[in-house]
Amino acid sequence: MPRITMREAISQALWEEMERDPDVFILGEEVGLWGGSYAVTRGFYDHFGTDRVKDTPISEATIVGAAIGAALTGLRPVAELMTINFAFSAFEHIVNQAAKLHYMFAGQMVLPMVIRTVSGGGRQLAATHSQTPDVIFAHFPGLKVVAPGTPEDAKGLLKSSIRSNDPILFIESATLYSSRGEVPDGEVLIPIGKSKVQRVGKDVTIVTYSKMLETSMKAADQLAQEGIEAEIVDLRTLRPLDMEPVIASFKKTNRAVIVEEGWRSFGIGAEVASRIYEEAFDYLDAPIQRVAQKEVPLPYNRTLEQFALPQVEDVIRAVKEVA
Amino acid sequence: MEKNDYMELFHQMLLIRLVEEQATLLYQQGKVGGFLHLYIGQEAVSTGIISSRQPDDRVITAYRDHGVAINCGIPVKVVLAELLGKVTGCSQGRGGSMHMADVNQNFWGGHAIVGAHLPIATGLALGDRYKGRDAVTICMFGDGATNIGYFHEALNLSKVWNLSVLWVCENNHYGMGTSVERASAVSEIRQKAEGYLIPNSRVDGMDLMKVREAAQTAIDTVRTNKTPYFLEVETYRFRGHSMGDPERYRTSEEVKHWQTEEDPIGIYHKYLVQNNIASVEEITELEKTAEQEVEAALQFAESSPEPLPEDLYKYLYVDVE
Repeated sequence: MPRITMREAISQALWEEMERDPDVFILGEEVGLWGGSYAVTRGFYDHFGTDRVKDTPISEATIVGAAIGAALTGLRPVAELMTINFAFSAFEHIVNQAAKLHYMFAGQMVLPMVIRTVSGGGRQLAATHSQTPDVIFAHFPGLKVVAPGTPEDAKGLLKSSIRSNDPILFIESATLYSSRGEVPDGEVLIPIGKSKVQRVGKDVTIVTYSKMLETSMKAADQLAQEGIEAEIVDLRTLRPLDMEPVIASFKKTNRAVIVEEGWRSFGIGAEVASRIYEEAFDYLDAPIQRVAQKEVPLPYNRTLEQFALPQVEDVIRAVKEVA
Repeated sequence: MEKNDYMELFHQMLLIRLVEEQATLLYQQGKVGGFLHLYIGQEAVSTGIISSRQPDDRVITAYRDHGVAINCGIPVKVVLAELLGKVTGCSQGRGGSMHMADVNQNFWGGHAIVGAHLPIATGLALGDRYKGRDAVTICMFGDGATNIGYFHEALNLSKVWNLSVLWVCENNHYGMGTSVERASAVSEIRQKAEGYLIPNSRVDGMDLMKVREAAQTAIDTVRTNKTPYFLEVETYRFRGHSMGDPERYRTSEEVKHWQTEEDPIGIYHKYLVQNNIASVEEITELEKTAEQEVEAALQFAESSPEPLPEDLYKYLYVDVE
């Protein structure tokens, strides 16, 4: 199997779906002439033309709003928001329009649309450009939130998202674009809303997703050298949240650590831990641990920034608390 | 226009007025919940605009949407059923007063967040352009919506991409209780379109014939020139912003003036008689028919079933894995 980068995997998914279905088109800031601010759509403008690769003004609300309108007419727009921090400017249209219209109008309105965006810190962009607010968007019924951690999942889940008939927020990690992984040749389609065991182990269950999958895998490799075998469950989709593999793993290990890049309070860890308590309390051998970002606006200074972000050592420490 | 066409327009305005009066009663009886924004006084606006569209032309509006719904072809009984939250309502009781739609009539909703549907309108028009259709998207909104950022983003994009959108600002002089003068840097809202090089005009919204003429010109311009157009329609709501409006922001004399001198139904009534299109007796007959229609619609709505609790999760997603 070829080893390709996350960037290539996402680009391939978009390219293949645009070749397959003429109703798929891209709109967003710098997606065309520039080639995408993370170079995901490089070459698209020349190949697919201006009607299908649409550069927009800096108008996030209207990028998402226009995607909603176009989706209502039967097209399959893929809107790009340069970063999830700019999604706040489009918050109304993501959570109060896209997430509501199908339900509120009793199924009359169908929104086959994807909003691609980029989350995460670690690039010294300071507080306003470095957030991981994924969980906020996962709060809203009516929206689906997908956040892959490997190139294969990114490709397969993006292709499925584009073919889906529901509005999907597709969150990519800013610091994973150059990560490599094996992606099968040919068609890759991965169902939305399915968590996956990415590493098998017997001693502790690590629940994570996106960038923190990479961090957790590194931690698991080091822990293995000390004789602790961690099982890693990758959520891949935050809404709908598939707890089955998490619960199955937890019933085996009786211990859990939840690792997320965003802040701890009201986070993914809080949700997953609650569900474990609700569904598998009798299997609990140790209090569930959460690893998350320290609760400050992320600083610019590299040392401070890395100190605030969850690191491999933090995961190892948390695992040792429960294992 | 044939006589029937003239009478149908009167019929539609009358139905809107009667439905809104009925809605007031239902609200007072506690049968309509939430917010209720009445269209009384503004009937000539949507009647004039929507009667000028082609079937492929899309309509999208704000939350003062009962009149628009009726003009777009949603039966009165279905409008009343939605107000009562019944499963026979156009949104099956999930939307209520502010969220009526019938996509089969090319009516893309009632939208309750001020200005938020304007970006969506650009997308509707983009979809038609993408597919090579020459349909026009008619997007209606109030004067208050022109002060929010979505308005400016959407107008700008519509011009940058030359989308076939007819922007219709229903200027009823007040955004809730704040007058245009107190909220907008320009008193003629159409001036805001100038900044985006969008052709525009302003028309008296209490005179149905004038609205129709302006709408026809505007729609033709959009369709022929493939450009957005901005039509400001000056109108007035005879009732409060919603139920429970203390109306401290305007005088009763002002309201009374508009109700007696500028009633769109009265003006059109006079037009029909003076131009020998219909006699007073014929119009009275039509009024009786409309009253019976609303009465029957009310019975339908009242006797319709409630949505079922077991269907609570229906329509959450299309694809359920």
